[in-house]
Amino acid sequence: MNHQAATATPTTRPGAIVTLEFHPKTRGHIPRGLTLAAVLIILVILAVIIGNILIGGISTISWEFLSHPPEQGMEAGGIFPAIFGTVALVILMVIAVVPVGVMTAIYLHEYTPPTSRTTRLIRVAINNLAGVPSIVFGLFGLGFFIAFVGGGLDSLFYAEDGGPVWGQPAIVWAALTLALLTLPVVIVSTEEALRTIPPELKDASYALGGTKLQTIWRIIIPHAAPGILTGSILAVSRGAGEVAPIMFTGAAYYLPYLPTKLNDQFMELGYHIYVMATQSPDVEATKPLLYGTVLVLLVLTFILNSVAIMIRSRMRKNRAGS
Amino acid sequence: MIQKLKFKPKSRVREFIGEKLIALNAFAALIAILLIFAFVFKEAVPVFTDSYIQEDASFDKLIFQQEYYEGRPAKWSWQPNSEAPKYSLYPLFLGTLKAALIAMLFAIPLGVGAAIYASEFASRRLREIIKPAIETLAAIPSVVLGFFALMILATVLQETLGLTFRLNALNAGIALGLAVIPIVFTVAEDAMTSVPRSLRDAATALGANPWQVSLTTVLPAAMPGIAAGVVLGFGRAVGETMIVLMASGNAAIISASFLDSVRTFSATIAAELAEVVFGSTHYTVLFMIGSLLFVFTFLINLGGDVILARLKERLQGRIG
Repeated sequence: MNHQAATATPTTRPGAIVTLEFHPKTRGHIPRGLTLAAVLIILVILAVIIGNILIGGISTISWEFLSHPPEQGMEAGGIFPAIFGTVALVILMVIAVVPVGVMTAIYLHEYTPPTSRTTRLIRVAINNLAGVPSIVFGLFGLGFFIAFVGGGLDSLFYAEDGGPVWGQPAIVWAALTLALLTLPVVIVSTEEALRTIPPELKDASYALGGTKLQTIWRIIIPHAAPGILTGSILAVSRGAGEVAPIMFTGAAYYLPYLPTKLNDQFMELGYHIYVMATQSPDVEATKPLLYGTVLVLLVLTFILNSVAIMIRSRMRKNRAGS
Repeated sequence: MIQKLKFKPKSRVREFIGEKLIALNAFAALIAILLIFAFVFKEAVPVFTDSYIQEDASFDKLIFQQEYYEGRPAKWSWQPNSEAPKYSLYPLFLGTLKAALIAMLFAIPLGVGAAIYASEFASRRLREIIKPAIETLAAIPSVVLGFFALMILATVLQETLGLTFRLNALNAGIALGLAVIPIVFTVAEDAMTSVPRSLRDAATALGANPWQVSLTTVLPAAMPGIAAGVVLGFGRAVGETMIVLMASGNAAIISASFLDSVRTFSATIAAELAEVVFGSTHYTVLFMIGSLLFVFTFLINLGGDVILARLKERLQGRIG
């Protein structure tokens, strides 16, 4: 009897036995009202932010604005180089981050038992990577990619060139820095998708003589594709909005040309917003362009996120259905 | 769903290489964390070892009050670009703490309150509005929140409170709070919804009405999760850069007022690193600040993770 009681409450928890008395008349209007107020305040703030940017920026948006470079010290013209730079940056980032993120998720899910020490260690690393401040990624990009890797390449292969070739801020270093920052996003999304794959599919593949690698390539990756896509889109959305990691690793105030080589510098939407908002000699003159740029970045981010959410919810429904 | 699969005969070599390749990539996150630590810390080490750098930035000078001019009272000062550079970290520490405290005062009631409502009171339809709204808030890039605080919030606060300075700790803290709310909300809501049904049923059977169930049963059980959300949110508030860089005014003032301008650790790195000479004292001190931020957020995240893992174990243990 005693033994049974002990197994029913396996750990000694202070307060495991609680005396509860309830007044039947209290209806709980106050806590309900207070927490509802919190929700409403958040919704109102969100509406104010989006509404303000929408109203302030919509009149600036035109084909001219989207397709022309800045003119007259950013007081006229458009933001085409910043859009181009952002797109080029996130494409490079995705090329770097998606294969690594997907392979990590597959390793954690298919190769190691979830309780093994290796798995736990990797998980701790992923969680911590997600929490490292973005400015520290910027420092790392400068110290590792530019000074160590880039500087190393220069002294090995370009010693007679004089000036730095790779050991300077460049789009490839910014993209790699962002790839590290977004790695946890891709891993988490892919893992969620891997969990939705029914084990029968894998068993069937093995029964037909498929090897582990063949099963991963032909069964697991195709079925995890929506999750991988979701992760990639969320990573792009996150990467496109980050400014701190790219400030020292490749983004430029203003460039008269578009980046065409991996070691070119580039303009970027978020950094362009920061520059216009804080470094402009005439705030009133740049204001319409500033609002327009913020609107473009916000719309880009929201579209990417909604698409990711849609794919994810469809994936979850499929899982619930099967 | 009928699929035709034909497998080529097994190739041991390919299997071996494939598995090793996947395993190698799986360690990328771990290697990244170690490299970040190594390379950020490496640039900060001269603070402890290099006697030239210690002339201006010894441990003593970074932390304690200094008598910068003879006869004047000792003080803390961050003036890296003056003729006699001063590298006291204390004004930056104070600024970081002020901004983060306001952010938490703003974000905890809203984030936890909204999480309680979403988990305990909201109808399914309302929940379908709240969660995407929070996700939308989380998706707003921090440079856009910084822009909002700089252009709009600062003006509103100045006019309603009659402030002398547009950009101050209050302004930066509120904007920072907007970035923290989604973290607090998500972690707290997750903890409350993972409280097992059996606990709720037991309280209901004892005669509790829905809000009494929440208050006496669900909230206490989920409390470690809510605490973890707050801790993780604080980590974000301390590390966040663009918002404070744009909204705080960036003056390293030592005062108790939340209406003065502040300069935080992260904003100092962002504002000054582009202009420093590689390997100089200033450069080294900025990397020292980066190392501090890294170690602090690392401990915060580790702590948050441990709390959440224990909570999960405990709640799942209760079902079984």
